[in-house]
Amino acid sequence: MLSQHLPILLVVVPLLAAPIIVLLRRSFPSWLVATLASIATLAIALPLLARAVSEGVISYAIGNWPPPLGIEYRVDAANAFVAFIVSLIGVFVMPYCRRGVSSEVRAEEHYLFYAMMMLCLSGLLGILLTGDAFNLFVFLEISSLATYVLIAMGRDRRALVASYQYLLMGTIGATLYVIGIGLLYLQTGTLNLADLAVRLPAMGDPRATLAALAFITVGISLKIALFPLHLWLPNAYAYSPSAVSAFLAATATKVSIYVLMRYFFTIFGETVVFDARYTGVILLALSLAAMFIPAVVAIFQTDVKRLLAYSSVSQIGYITLGISLHSVGGLTAAVAHLFNHALTKGGMFLVLGGVVFRLGGSALDRMAGLGRTMPIASFAFVIGGLSLIGIPGTAGFVSKWYLVTAAMAEGQWWLAGAVMLSSLLAVIYVWRFVEVAYFREPPAGHPPAGEAPLSLLLPALAMIVACVWFGLDASWSGNMARAAAEALAGGWK
Amino acid sequence: MTFAGHYAYFVTILLLMVGLFIVIARSNLIKKLIGLGLFQTAVYLLYISPGKLIGGVAPIVGEGFEVYSNPLPHVLILTAIVVGVATLALGLALVVRIKEAYGSIEEEEILGLDADDELKSRDRS
Amino acid sequence: MSGSMALAGILATPLVGLVLVSLSGRWPNLREGITLSTAVVLFAQVLGLYGAVADGARPELVLLPMLPEVSLQLTAEPLGMLFGLIASGLWIISSIYSIGYMRGNQEGNQTRFFVCFAGAIFAAQGIAFAGNMLTLFLFYEAMTLITYPLVTHHGTDHAKKSARIYLGVLMGTSIVFLLTGMLATWVLAGTLDFREGGILAGQVGATGTAVLMALYMFGIGKAALMPFHRWLPAAMVAPTPVSALLHAVAVVKAGVFSVVKVVVYVFGTENLMSLGSADWVPMIAGYTIVAASIVALRADNLKRRLAYSTVSQLSYVTLAATLLAPISIVGAAMHIAVHAVGKITLFFAAGSIYTAAHKTEVSQLDGIGRKMPWTMLAFGVGALSMIGLPPAAGFISKWYILSAAMSAEHWTAVAVLVVSTLLNAGYFLPIVWRAFFREPPASDHHGDAHGHDHHDDHGEAPWPMVLAQTVTASLTIILFIYHEPVLKLARAVAGGD
Repeated sequence: MLSQHLPILLVVVPLLAAPIIVLLRRSFPSWLVATLASIATLAIALPLLARAVSEGVISYAIGNWPPPLGIEYRVDAANAFVAFIVSLIGVFVMPYCRRGVSSEVRAEEHYLFYAMMMLCLSGLLGILLTGDAFNLFVFLEISSLATYVLIAMGRDRRALVASYQYLLMGTIGATLYVIGIGLLYLQTGTLNLADLAVRLPAMGDPRATLAALAFITVGISLKIALFPLHLWLPNAYAYSPSAVSAFLAATATKVSIYVLMRYFFTIFGETVVFDARYTGVILLALSLAAMFIPAVVAIFQTDVKRLLAYSSVSQIGYITLGISLHSVGGLTAAVAHLFNHALTKGGMFLVLGGVVFRLGGSALDRMAGLGRTMPIASFAFVIGGLSLIGIPGTAGFVSKWYLVTAAMAEGQWWLAGAVMLSSLLAVIYVWRFVEVAYFREPPAGHPPAGEAPLSLLLPALAMIVACVWFGLDASWSGNMARAAAEALAGGWK
Repeated sequence: MTFAGHYAYFVTILLLMVGLFIVIARSNLIKKLIGLGLFQTAVYLLYISPGKLIGGVAPIVGEGFEVYSNPLPHVLILTAIVVGVATLALGLALVVRIKEAYGSIEEEEILGLDADDELKSRDRS
Repeated sequence: MSGSMALAGILATPLVGLVLVSLSGRWPNLREGITLSTAVVLFAQVLGLYGAVADGARPELVLLPMLPEVSLQLTAEPLGMLFGLIASGLWIISSIYSIGYMRGNQEGNQTRFFVCFAGAIFAAQGIAFAGNMLTLFLFYEAMTLITYPLVTHHGTDHAKKSARIYLGVLMGTSIVFLLTGMLATWVLAGTLDFREGGILAGQVGATGTAVLMALYMFGIGKAALMPFHRWLPAAMVAPTPVSALLHAVAVVKAGVFSVVKVVVYVFGTENLMSLGSADWVPMIAGYTIVAASIVALRADNLKRRLAYSTVSQLSYVTLAATLLAPISIVGAAMHIAVHAVGKITLFFAAGSIYTAAHKTEVSQLDGIGRKMPWTMLAFGVGALSMIGLPPAAGFISKWYILSAAMSAEHWTAVAVLVVSTLLNAGYFLPIVWRAFFREPPASDHHGDAHGHDHHDDHGEAPWPMVLAQTVTASLTIILFIYHEPVLKLARAVAGGD
């Protein structure tokens, strides 16, 4: 009985948790509700994923209004898998928030923080599940607005400016997206994504479709932080509270990437997007630029959080590179990296959060001697770094395997070299941390040796362990990524 | 079609560009938000104008009325307006906080203050 | 069944040792006891597998389904058996030696040292028994990372800079070339399993095979083919037991082992022979042999001389493997074993000299053989083995390689072998001659003026070190007389029985 309502429950549970938290107002109960809600979403996402993989497309009509009149939630292996990633990250991050937030957010704002986390989670899951183009915009704005608030809660005043800048860029992106779907609506008279997927090919390829494609691509790319539209990201990640950086880095951009893939492969279709014009080439060029330029910028950062943020922009390039190959193999690589990078970067931000908790800042200079003062944390951070590089035995290697074999299968042999060279850049920025942490003496006035509290350390370690586990045994995640890729490319027919 | 047939689109695009220009070119944070508001409003127009049919009436089924305007865009834009208001409110709230923290709402001054901080912290270390 | 259990044990033992060593850091005697007993247990386990493998059994063990398509898998085959035996056997001896060296020189961070040592052996066993290219690559990278703390052991700026070269070259080549080559192999052949006759046979044309060959040969940076040999002398900054481990037991042997493995099981010797895609490799290897020997000839620092000697000797293996004749494969496999015992002896001797006399340059060694006769005798045996003279084991492998080159009428290779033998003699024999037949420098007797220069009155190195180098020196001679077990394995690799 209940199992039929899983799609809507996934969105509603965190959505309802938010007002409950606001009513509770006290810090601890708010945290408890938020944590329970995020565990509940994972408990919902897992069976949903299992059903989507075994049964194919699940359609859920909201309020029993049949689509396309009513709003439809449409779940298949692709969005169920991304929803699983998002809720999994939520479960890792929420226990961490209790202690992490106490040091970074003012006590009277704690309940607002948790409420915003829930709204953000709900918005992200809504984006994934909804089968309605405009509804997607609404969820996009719900999650974005919550994100702006979360970023602004960072204790540095620069967090305010970062949030403001993200607000401008994010709103422009969302508005461009609305223009795009408006143009689609004017042509086809429907906003239901599955309906659009049927009607658009019948229209041929008029110029309005091209305009819609351009608006949607640019709008979503702003949210993805696809190079060179990434300018909001480094500050937003660097100055927001650590838990927020981890959560955003692991989920927000990933969800937008899913939206782009959905539009490219399911709704517009490969013929319109790739065969008729140079989208693939442009995306390829931007991905390559993303793989190299922000990675070089990352090398010169003096703040580890910013370093990780630029590394994220660079890693997003790998994902979009997979998309630009427009093959099932490329999509598999993109989805696999979505998952693997979420684990890696989320884990690294959480570890870093524990370090910041102890040291009071994330400047690279402060990390001197960290290998001795916080051995577990710095070791975990290095493992995460190895995954960014793509050393075998970590999750990052699995992505690289899929990406390069997909490029080779398409006959793009030279791309293999590009991917390898850009991972050498990752070696350099990871090794900057290694040399500072292990070969420098702790600076004077350094806090005494000791790890972060267990409530911070354990979730972080859990993510890093997961990152190694899914590097050694990727049979499950690899199969999921392939199922997701086939679902995306196969369409909703 | 004629210029008149595309009239609404031209207005939309003009408003879009004016809004975007303000966001990019102005340094004042409030003015940027005003530009953002214009940018969003242009989109409302894009949706609403094609929904209106000449001679169409409100979509209430009644005798003698054959041509109805499409109500769906209005509903959508109602939602979009709500989202826009929320964004604007949040943006303004952020500007208030920025003013408290920096004592300025000019982007250039704020970035200058941040750059000074950066230099100072580097000198200390 | 029991074979796969044995494989699991072989991989687990050094890991258990690693954990126990890191836990027992506070009690040095217990720690060293654990290191030694782990080494002995591991060697016994590998030895236990020998009989079955020599009789043609190929036990397998699937560790983890790493990717949906390829799993992490161990397979014991003759070549891996050989490498596994060398690595685990020499681990015992170098542990004894390290204990003497680390205590004798009062080095810091000894626990980290022994932990990483165990880790390197773990990676070496993984490489030795890797059942497919992916598994090999995993352990290959693991070895690079685990030996990084060993190279930076002293933590000085110089160590840091050298370690950057070490990591940069090894990691760079393995990511850019080896990984690309491996993934291309996967795309082209659809498998990464090691198969007799090669998985690429009949899948790729001559040009493609040549490109892949280049990716593998330069990608396996640990084999130190020029121009990617710089990491080896750079790594000399590490303490001498590390150099011994790196240059004789684990790292470089992992490199040349991978080269032989790739040539035999990925490309297939007959496939390469018919395509002619590997013809250029002996040229590069020959150039490396001669060029590195010339550099060694001019190096005054003893460890640097040994490092370049290693670069040159490694290319013997690469040269032999890419001559592609069955007998040259035997020579390559033999040389892995023979060079291991010979070179470890030389490094042990160098470390003993440093510990007892604090001397690092060749020009300081006048007359040292009178004070340290055992050390210099061992050094002499090792040197003979490098040159390839009886009664040292180096003669055997060189004989096989030379006869392979002759029968293949590969005159360049023959010339390289002859010239390098002369060069080897040119840079090793003067050291021995200096040590035994030159008068100790006169300043030795006036050194007391400084008051604290007590190293002039040194005798032999601490007994564990002397013991270790005597054992390896004896092994070098024993291998010359009795090498049936090694030869049997080497023949199995080449013959494809």
